Amino acid sequence: MYGRKVKFRLLFIILILLSVILSVFLVLKSLKENVIYFKSPSDVKLLRELQDKKIRIGGMVKLDSLKMSSDEVNFIITDFKNEIYVIYSGVVPNLFSEGKGVVAEGYLKDRNFFEASKILAKHDENYMPPEVKAALEEN
Amino acid sequence: MLYSLIGYYALILGLSISFLIFFFSIKNFRNNEILDNKIINFSFLQLFLVIVSFFGLVLSFVYSDFSNETVFNNSHTTKPLFYKISGTWGNHEGSLLLWLLVLTLFIFLFLIKSKNLLKKYRILTALFQQIIIIGFFIFLLSSSNPFNYIFPIPNEGLGLNPILQDPALAIHPPILYLGYVGSSIIFSSVLAATVLKYVSKTWAIHIKNWVLTSWIFLTLGILLGSIWAYYELGWGGFWFWDPVENVSLMPWFALTTLLHCVLVLEKRSTLQSWVIILSITTFTLSMCGTFLVRSGILNSVHTFANDPERGLFILTFLFILIFISLFIFFVFHKNKKQNSISFSLLSKETSILVNNWFMMYFLSVVLVGTLYPIFLQVISSEQISVGPPFYHKLLVPFLIPFLIFMAIGPRLKWIKSELDEKKYLIIIFILSILISYLILKNLSANFLINTVLIGSAFYLFFITTKDFFSKKHKSISQNLSHFGFSLLILSILFNNIFSREVITNLKVGEKFINEKFQIEFIDIKKYEEQNFISFKGFFLITEQGIKDKFIPELRVYNQPNIITSEADIKTTFWTDKFITMNTLQNEEYFNIRYQVKPFMLWIWISVLIISLGGIISLFSRKSE
Repeated sequence: MYGRKVKFRLLFIILILLSVILSVFLVLKSLKENVIYFKSPSDVKLLRELQDKKIRIGGMVKLDSLKMSSDEVNFIITDFKNEIYVIYSGVVPNLFSEGKGVVAEGYLKDRNFFEASKILAKHDENYMPPEVKAALEEN
Repeated sequence: MLYSLIGYYALILGLSISFLIFFFSIKNFRNNEILDNKIINFSFLQLFLVIVSFFGLVLSFVYSDFSNETVFNNSHTTKPLFYKISGTWGNHEGSLLLWLLVLTLFIFLFLIKSKNLLKKYRILTALFQQIIIIGFFIFLLSSSNPFNYIFPIPNEGLGLNPILQDPALAIHPPILYLGYVGSSIIFSSVLAATVLKYVSKTWAIHIKNWVLTSWIFLTLGILLGSIWAYYELGWGGFWFWDPVENVSLMPWFALTTLLHCVLVLEKRSTLQSWVIILSITTFTLSMCGTFLVRSGILNSVHTFANDPERGLFILTFLFILIFISLFIFFVFHKNKKQNSISFSLLSKETSILVNNWFMMYFLSVVLVGTLYPIFLQVISSEQISVGPPFYHKLLVPFLIPFLIFMAIGPRLKWIKSELDEKKYLIIIFILSILISYLILKNLSANFLINTVLIGSAFYLFFITTKDFFSKKHKSISQNLSHFGFSLLILSILFNNIFSREVITNLKVGEKFINEKFQIEFIDIKKYEEQNFISFKGFFLITEQGIKDKFIPELRVYNQPNIITSEADIKTTFWTDKFITMNTLQNEEYFNIRYQVKPFMLWIWISVLIISLGGIISLFSRKSE
């Protein structure tokens, strides 16, 4: 028979292992659920199926597309190949304007229509979200 | 011109002093019983030279010397003097110079403060610290020299990003760096102590002050950054799980855990491996923070430098340091057979260990959330971001047992203990749950978890409050910090649950009305300031018959040409009212966001209380 101390230690190790496995499982599961993917308008066109998941869309705000009313902002995000129509109500960052880069977060209604719940702030004129830069450079 | 030159040559001289210190340290290591005074003197000289170099840069900024590339990139003649000075460390090169300054300052302080400790230990610590210092010298001189010369000399600089022109952010980096870099001395000394098998009670008593010091600065640094984000970025929150924020939170987790382990080491001479590993982790995470923020890998507010070479250097340097420390740990650290060190399941040691594991879990969650997007981008070029829900889901439930352990742990005794006053503890727990149930009765979303969470926070709150008046309880500092933590969790939760907001677009003269608020946009006026034009909006907000005037502001900075919005915040004891105004190009509409945020002030106060606990502990120790 093993001594009491060894038994205790074994129990301790099993407990730690179990909790490590549990936490890894939890982390991975909630990563899968809570990760937000970034797409350009062209990526959206190529999507096989639309998922009911939050995504980010980045590109340029198309010239002459921005319209504002008392409770809504409408505009078009373009990557100069494809474009997508965005409807949004909420806080608009200061440097958000036509011809500038933008990242919108929200849900796709269909391949041409996006309902944003958040528009991401940029903090100076030279700063462009790296995702937008990459998306624009690709095209 | 002159100041830049002086600064540059002071840096080169400083680097050469490092080699002198190396030489004398190795010579002194075997020969004498006492520490060679030359080492202390040279450390002082090195500190002095780095200070000269730093002031060289400060003066270049003050006199707007645009022949200096750093000044040209980050300053402007019309900028107020205060921000010219703070601009010195508001950029990559300057902030690294500040790192170096703190590194040399700390090793000098360490050498004069450790007079009655082992000579070999002091020398080795100085040596390890010199390795870090040399690394930073080379990094500065090779890839991010703050004194680069440009010709022809420009007439005007590019200016400092306006969101950084702010009093809180002017002092945020130095305070945070004192915390970050403070961990370097812990790192060096733990390596030295491991090599000499000196990780002991005496060592713990001495290193504890260093751990406390950098913990206090790190806490305050994070607080300042958070306050700044709250009023400057106009999102109305204080923590966004932005990678840059996470990067400062991770060393804080490690350092807090380390602080508790050092306590155990001091009282019970156990948990050596924890102390060593955590000291290494804390410093590595601080370095990682610098690497992630400064290399431009993170997609964030703070990333202005985008130089792959810099990132590569820090990464290589980091790997070398990790390699050295792991090597030392595995080769020199042997867990002694300690028969006397066992402790029972119900003891202070166990409760601290349990909380250590919780802290490590919190740390790993934040680490995964911060690094996973980078990792995925490298291996699959898929771009993702990990938002607040990820963190909330994984961290919040585990706060419940964490808070309960925090309440009960300090009441236990070392080695073996009985939990006295069991009934009393249970009654308080039931009471806390009851109170939180009554407060949240009308809440529908996430009712159960919120009730239990607030209940456990109340539990910690009541128990620590009671312990202030109990004579049995000795450690005021510990109790104060735990009390502050319960207050922090309570304020954050109430703030989250009871915040209300209205977002609307208004033209001048229009009104917004709903059941609770009436927002009237009265007028907008233009003012000229020193380096920006200000547009002030005048709002009248009526809420439950109470009228408030708000004047949020839009600032159009001339150099660089940036618009920022300044929130108008009315802070009272219980609630903050917060309004921001944003503009759209060529539109008559202004985007208005009005928020009522209860307990905002208490979040800041509770963090201050937490660090006050640390400060009291630091000074009561010194008087002993």
